Formats: sequence, structure tokens, C-alpha cells
Amino acid sequence: MLSIKNLHANVADKEILKGINLDVKAGEIHAVMGPNGSGKSTLANILAGRDGYTVTQGSVSYQGQDLLAMDPETRACAGVFLALQYPVEIPGVNNVYFLKAAYNAIRKHRGEEQVDAVKFLGLVKDKMKLVDIDTAFLNRAVNEGFSGGEKKRNEILQMLVLEPRLALLDETDSGLDIDALKVVAKGINALRSPERAMVLVTHYQRLLDYVVPDCVHVLAAGRIAKSGDKSLAAELEQRGYDWVTAGASA
Amino acid sequence: MNAVAETAPPYADSFAALQHTRAPDWLAELRRSAFARFTERGFPPERAEDWKYSNTRALQKLRFSPATTPPTNLGTEAIAAALLQHPQVQRLVFVDGVHVPALGSKHAAVPGLRITPLDTALREHRADLRELLLPEARWDNDPFTALNTAFLADGALIEAAGNVQVTAPVQLVFVSTPHTEACASHPRVMVTLGTNVKLTLVESYFGLDGAANFTNSCTQIALAANSRLDYFAVQREAQGDFHVSRVYVSQRERSRFASHVYNLGGEWVRNDLRVRLEDAGASVRMDGVYLADRSRHVDNHTRIDHLVAYTASDELYRGIIRDRGHAVFNGKVVVAEAAIKTDATQTNNNLLLTRNGEIDTKPELEIYADDVKCNHGATIGQLDEQALFYLRSRGLDLDTARELLTGAFARVVTDRIAAEPLRRFALEQLASALPQVAAEDGA
Ligand SMILES: Nc1ncnc2c1ncn2[C@@H]1O[C@H](COP(=O)(O)OP(=O)(O)OP(=O)(O)O)[C@@H](O)[C@H]1O
Ligand SMILES: [Mg+2]
Repeated sequence: MLSIKNLHANVADKEILKGINLDVKAGEIHAVMGPNGSGKSTLANILAGRDGYTVTQGSVSYQGQDLLAMDPETRACAGVFLALQYPVEIPGVNNVYFLKAAYNAIRKHRGEEQVDAVKFLGLVKDKMKLVDIDTAFLNRAVNEGFSGGEKKRNEILQMLVLEPRLALLDETDSGLDIDALKVVAKGINALRSPERAMVLVTHYQRLLDYVVPDCVHVLAAGRIAKSGDKSLAAELEQRGYDWVTAGASA
Repeated sequence: MNAVAETAPPYADSFAALQHTRAPDWLAELRRSAFARFTERGFPPERAEDWKYSNTRALQKLRFSPATTPPTNLGTEAIAAALLQHPQVQRLVFVDGVHVPALGSKHAAVPGLRITPLDTALREHRADLRELLLPEARWDNDPFTALNTAFLADGALIEAAGNVQVTAPVQLVFVSTPHTEACASHPRVMVTLGTNVKLTLVESYFGLDGAANFTNSCTQIALAANSRLDYFAVQREAQGDFHVSRVYVSQRERSRFASHVYNLGGEWVRNDLRVRLEDAGASVRMDGVYLADRSRHVDNHTRIDHLVAYTASDELYRGIIRDRGHAVFNGKVVVAEAAIKTDATQTNNNLLLTRNGEIDTKPELEIYADDVKCNHGATIGQLDEQALFYLRSRGLDLDTARELLTGAFARVVTDRIAAEPLRRFALEQLASALPQVAAEDGA
């Protein structure tokens, strides 16, 4: 589904990604771990089409298409979803209005008919139960004044509503209390299916207790320094990154 | 509209015509002296500080005939988009400045509230009318106020005796319609609230396609102790319309004035809104939204005078400038020496979306008192890139994302309206100009 080959990218003329190779197949969940500043968000943002990054080498193919050539909205319509590490606050944009607009934009792209407010509300309320968000959040401005954990839950809600093919979750588990973590995991597992793939950027083993990944990668200094199965995450939790990164930066 | 010969004093013909209509002596005299003042002062000189960015040359060049009999075929459907829907709304409709009873609401009168069309009041020679007209000296020798007084003929008197909570909103609709000859109208609105009165007032200035008239409105508002007025003025005139408005407000103790002024239409617009906080505890919320798109010129001058101790003002104006639009904001806050413990906040935010657009913003604080809390800030910016990406990453195309954020920028002001159904109506009106504004909550 997703194939990243030798991806190099700069931010403000500084090379951050230094040759990433990663293959994610439909049905798989990959966890990406690694020290702060190693380029995890950079990778996720580039995949979602965020401005400010210059790809200098390499390619990314998504469902056989050149992902990097697509606009962010085209990627979203093609099923790519990024849960941001820092969800953006948008004063004046009503949360449910935004969600409905996004939902209908994606449906329109697929040639499906638009869903009206009433029907949409029914749909969204079901998903809200799953992530345990009060309906009062629907009529608030997008993320405005939301607590850290509420923002993360809102990202998961968006994901559940938009049902992406490829979900990239950038530290959606950071800053969550135990209950919220379970809720987020529940959301992720609810979406898990043979047609979908997910990439979870995380610092902690604890999310992976609830969401069992097929592969775990360590990103260090702009490269994938090590890959393994779920036991790698446990090992990292024990031993830290030094033993992995020592080899990577050489 | 025709160019006028340099020598003819502006509006002389119209004024001469008005002289032939029947009027009580005091009114004829009032008009004569006002017209003399207007002629003497003339239009504001280009050098005048307050008019630096709003050139009246185009306005001066145009010749407007006085409002004549309104088109009889105009139905409510034509102005439906301007109408506040409320089961008890008290509505008067004016077409090109002339009151048209047939278009008004037919709801039963509200106890304690008296709404009188000004032409009726003048015809009935209401004895106190003369006193109700605010002394013009307060108005800084403003030529447009003089012009409005010179042509005093129609408008509305809204009076609420003490101690009534009026739930029925009052709406005044001023419609500008297309004519072979452009016309000028000078509506005067006088609002007097007694003690402990609560009222909602909407002024809608609406233009039908093809209209190219001049509306020179003047609204005076007097709020007695502990009264509250929620005021929403929306200007959605046609592309060729000129609009000058003057709103003067005086507030007594603990009175509250919540003003929301939206400029979403017209070709050349100049508003002056002045509030005098005359007694302790008086407070004003002064909000505005202006949209300067196409070749539209919108100028908002506001002034708040904190005259005594313990008064408060909170002002937020937001403007969207695109295409070749030109917006001007000048917000003056004057804190008199006696006005200790004044609490004044003023914010002006502008979204400048095109290179050819222009915004001139100037906050002016004059503080003569110690021990006050005053803040002001003005910003000019573009759409937030992070927010744009966020919206696009969820599937919204770039244009839709831009429109949504532009609408949201204005909607933040609308969301400050506490009173329903006013907030909803304001949202609807906003959505007429900025379609991506979510007009309905949760939809
Ligand atoms: N706009 C920018 N300008 C300059 N440097 C940047 C910019 N964005 C990212 N960087 C740098 O790129 C590097 C990688 O950042 P990135 O956010 O991808 O790290 P991360 O692996 O997600 O870290 P964390 O675990 O802390 O979230 C960091 O050194 C960061 O400072
Ligand atoms: Mg990161």
C-alpha cells in the first residue's frame, strides 16, 4: 500500500531525513519509534503533504500512485489521514460542520452522494460513543480550548468518521491518561482491517500493549536504524535507544 | 447619476424642492439652518485628518435626486433576505428613505414600546420632537449630520418607557432600489430607552441589484439608567450604493450597549459610531465586521468617550480585505481626567488577502486619567498556514479551506453576540457575503 524508497528531505536547508526505506502492506500496523528530533513527525508530515519540507531524493508510492505529487486534499480523498502531534486550533470553525464538510468532500471525490446534516449527526454520534467524547464538543470551535487529551480524542474521532485507508498517527498516545489511552487504542483497533494500514508514531510501549503492531521501526538521525517485531518495542523500553542509535549515526 | 457643474451648490435643487412641501415653522427653520451649515462647511476637505483615507470626491461628483414615491410593486419577497424572522418582530420598512407601511410587520403593538414612523410624528406635530433631536453641536460640525437634518423627513422614533423587558425585536429595514436617476435619502432614527428597559434593535440597509443611491443615515440613541440595548446594524447595499452613517449613543448609569455593525455591501461606505459613557457603571461592547472586496471602500470610525469613573468598553472590529478592496479603521478611545478605573479594550484584526487590497488601521488612545486599564491592538495578517493544512489534510480543497477560514475569522466576532435571535440572524447575514460561514449551528 505504501512504499517509501530512499527518502531524503530537508527542513530549512537542513537534512532531516537521510534515506528512509519503508514498506507498509494493507492490513498491517507499523510502529515508528525513535528519539526526539529524529524525524518521525517530519516523515509523517511529508506523507500527508504538509508545506515546509523539501524532498531532495527518493520516492513514495501509495496504492501505486506517486504520493508526493498529490495535494494534501487529494491525498486525504485517496484515503491518507494524519493525526497530528499538535492538532491545530481553528477559532470560528464549528467542529461538526468541519467534520461534515470533510466527510462530504471525500464522498464527493469518490462519486458518492452528499450526506445531510441529520444523517451525518447520527453517524458522528455513534463514533463519539466509541471514543467517549461528549456531544457538547460538536458545537465548539475545532480544537479551540480543548485539553491535550481532548484534542487527541478529536483526532481519533475524525479518523473514525473519515475511515482512511492509510492512517498515520503522530504521537496520538502522548499526554493521555490511562483511560484516554484505552479509548484511543479502542478507536485504532475499531478501524483495523485487512484493507487498511496504519503507522503509529509513538514513544511508549504502553500503546502497543493495546494495539499490537506487525512491525516496529526505530528512526534515528533520519534513517530507519532497526526494524523488528513487537518484541523490539519491549526491548527499547528496557534498554533505551543508545544501543540502536550508536550504529545509526556512524 | 450625472456629473454636476462645479458651481451648483450640492443638493440645492433637492433642498429647494423640499422647501415647497408643507412643514411646520420650526421644522422649516430647522432644515433651513441645517442646510445653511452644510453649504457653509461643504464636504470634508481632503486634508482633514478624519477623512485622510476616505476621499469624498466620487460622492461629491454624483447628483442625487430626492427620494420620491417608492415603487408600489415592491413586495416582501424582494427583501426577504434582509428580514429578521421572529414571531413578534416589530418591523418598519423604508424604500429609498420613504416609509412603506404595507411592507411592515402587522404584529400587535408591544406594551410600553412606542414605534412611530418619523413622517407620522412630523405630520402630527409632536411637540417634543424638536427636543428629541440631539443638539448638532455634539456632532463636531459634521456636514453629513447637517445634511441629514436639512432633509429631515422620514425615519423612526423608538421609545420605551421605564421598566419593560421587550422580547419582540425591532427591525428597521432601509431598502435601496434601482432608479433611472439615483436618489439620496437621509433617514433619522431616534431611540430612547427608559430606566430598566431591555430592547433589541436591528437596522438593515439593503440594496436591490442595480441600485446606485446615497443613504445618509443618522441614528441617535439615549440609554437611561440600567437599560440595555442590543443593536445590530447590517449594511448589505448594492454594488453601486453609497452609504454614510452616523450613530450617536449616550449612556447613563449602569446602562449597557452592545453594538454589532456589519458592513457587507455597498460601493463606498463611511460609518461613524460614537458612544458617550456619561455615568458610572455604563458599559459598551462595540463589535464590527467589514468586508472590503471587489472595489469596495469601507471606512469605520469609532469613538468612545469615557467621561466618568467606573465605565467600561470592549471593542472588536475585524475586517476582510480582498480583490481591490480598501478598508479603513480608526478607533478612538478617550478617557477623561475624571474617568479613573476605566476599563477599555480595543482590538482590530484584518485579513489582507490580496496584494491589491488596502487597509489603513489606526487605534487612537487618549488617556487623561490615572489608574485605568486600557489595552489596544491592531493586526494585519493572512490566513493561518497551519490551519489551512489541517483543513486540507481532511479533504477540503484549497479554495474551500480558504473560504472556511475567512468566514471563521469573521464568525469569531459573531459568536460574541450573547442575545438570541440576534446571533443567529447575524450569522445568516454574514453567510450571505461569506458563504462558507456555517449559518446553522451544528449543520
Ligand atoms: N520548521 C523547522 N525549522 C527548523 N528545523 C525544524 C523544523 N521542523 C523540524 N525541524 C527539525 O527537524 C528535526 C526533526 O523534527 P521532527 O519533528 O520530525 O522530530 P520527531 O522525531 O517527531 O521528534 P519528537 O519525538 O520530539 O516529536 C528536529 O531537529 C527539528 O528541530
Ligand atoms: Mg514528532
